[in-house]
Amino acid sequence: MKFWIGIAITLAITLATVAFVNFDYFFFAGYTVLMFVMLATAWNILGGYAGYVNFGTPAFFGLGAYTAAVLYKATAAPLVVQIAAAAVMSGLLGLVAGLLTLRLRGIFFAIATIALVVIVETVFINWRYAGGATGLQLLRPALMWPFESYIKMLFLVMAIMVLASIALARYIERSWFGRGLRALRDSEEAAECSGVPTLRLKVFACTVSGALMGACGAPMPMYLSFIEPASTFNLNYAIGALASPMIGGTAHWLGPVIGALLLSSLQQLVTVTISNEMNVLVVGVLLVVFVVAAPDGILGLFKRFVSRK
Amino acid sequence: MALDLLLEAVLFGILLGCFYAAVSMGLSVSFGLLDVPHVAHPAIMVLGAYCTWLLGTWGFDPIIAGVVLTVPFFLLGMLIYRFYYEAFERRGSDAGVRGIAFFFGVALIIEVGLILAFGVDQRMVEAPYIGKSINIGWDIRLPMRTLTVFAVALAMSAVLTLYMSKTFTGRAIKAVAQDEAALRLMGADPVRIKQWAFGIATAAAALGGAMLIIIGPVDPGLDRVYIGRTFAVVVLAGLGSMTGTIAAGLVLGISESIVLIHPSLGASWAPAVSFTLLLLVLGVRPQGLFGR
Repeated sequence: MKFWIGIAITLAITLATVAFVNFDYFFFAGYTVLMFVMLATAWNILGGYAGYVNFGTPAFFGLGAYTAAVLYKATAAPLVVQIAAAAVMSGLLGLVAGLLTLRLRGIFFAIATIALVVIVETVFINWRYAGGATGLQLLRPALMWPFESYIKMLFLVMAIMVLASIALARYIERSWFGRGLRALRDSEEAAECSGVPTLRLKVFACTVSGALMGACGAPMPMYLSFIEPASTFNLNYAIGALASPMIGGTAHWLGPVIGALLLSSLQQLVTVTISNEMNVLVVGVLLVVFVVAAPDGILGLFKRFVSRK
Repeated sequence: MALDLLLEAVLFGILLGCFYAAVSMGLSVSFGLLDVPHVAHPAIMVLGAYCTWLLGTWGFDPIIAGVVLTVPFFLLGMLIYRFYYEAFERRGSDAGVRGIAFFFGVALIIEVGLILAFGVDQRMVEAPYIGKSINIGWDIRLPMRTLTVFAVALAMSAVLTLYMSKTFTGRAIKAVAQDEAALRLMGADPVRIKQWAFGIATAAAALGGAMLIIIGPVDPGLDRVYIGRTFAVVVLAGLGSMTGTIAAGLVLGISESIVLIHPSLGASWAPAVSFTLLLLVLGVRPQGLFGR
């Protein structure tokens, strides 16, 4: 119950922000932060609960973005339809990837997901209709009432998607899916022997995680009014999606949220005040420090602090 | 496709393949034999390439620079492994996810460090054999730089293969990969041997970096391309097999250069080759072509 009140309050605050703040840069930056919260939450379903490191975030995210862009170019479909289609396509990619990599574990799975990124990217580089290597310019559709700026609408859409994916992640964490995933993270053999359908659970986690990443990518072409392969399939999405849960804590749905809010806000700050390279360095250093010194992330530190008192 | 074109592609592929095998040798030791998820291997290679470039500005020949660099990189590798061991392997639990994330972070730090120090521009070296080519008949011209790298790669692979199979330490490294507990019972310290092996792997990466910058210009982000290629070679080889690494490098090199020359595919499809190969091997035959 407390959780749903929290969601409602967050939604109310977001609505109030959209209604009363008139500072476009805030929404530009805020959109990116929210996007990384969603990516981190999606990543954590497979990476945190099940312990499978996924470097393939850009593949799912990019496929979602391209699905939306191509659909928009072909039929001028509304944003909601684009998002749904993107989620379906990336979910399918997750399903196929999950089936293909059923027997792979640890680093082998991670490497296979890198392969996925390059293969999907190469397909879009060579697909002329989707703009090829040079990219595709997109005109935003006319504004819908009651929004007075397009970026505000995208911000609100992203905020709603973030809240929905957090609710989904929390549901998965608490249902038998989550328990099964945790069991297979701790020991795949033991889980299998106790009757946990490990393979099915893994494919399920792959699919859900992929679909969320795809939905997250769908508004991206509209956000930039442009789409091109090199930045859409950039490894930086993988870095953000992986580093945030590692920093926040992977065991709880709150971990990736805290990690992503902290990390992306810091990144936005560093990008504006120092330089774009420094922000990647910040991620790298934080990632190494947390992985070595605080294996359970900020949440773990917090728990240790509380229990010591 | 015309036959002479195919011949040329295969020839290029062999040269390229030996280069791929050489840059994967280090990973074949660190990941293949020691089971360390060393995603930062290509980043260390690029670091080696930049050091080669730096030495080149002082007048060193890139190959000599690469050989000189193996010493500090060997020490660096021992240091990295020691740190990894203390932070992850010793604590035991859950080294998988965090180990991968750790090396991923290290790769990022190296990449951005290079950008901050040298900028994002491409760097290249100068040497008498760079920029020339020789005609080997039938109108096929081979660039000297590729031939030089080919020779260095062959020499390095031969030395490493001999070292691993003939010397005492080399065999000890293979033993630690097979059964660590048994090695401990024989009175040897597996951690020290692994540290030594990781040093060798990193030294090989330094020499690989020198080859990287001989074969073409290098920029800090190049490691991202080579993550796929090197892991593809090592997995294709069957983890830790040295002769397998050479064969796998050749397979990758030849298939990539055929795609490159193929009229309807061309350069834009070439990067996908290594990864498709990798996915196929992982999906169909995870123990690799020459695996145990």
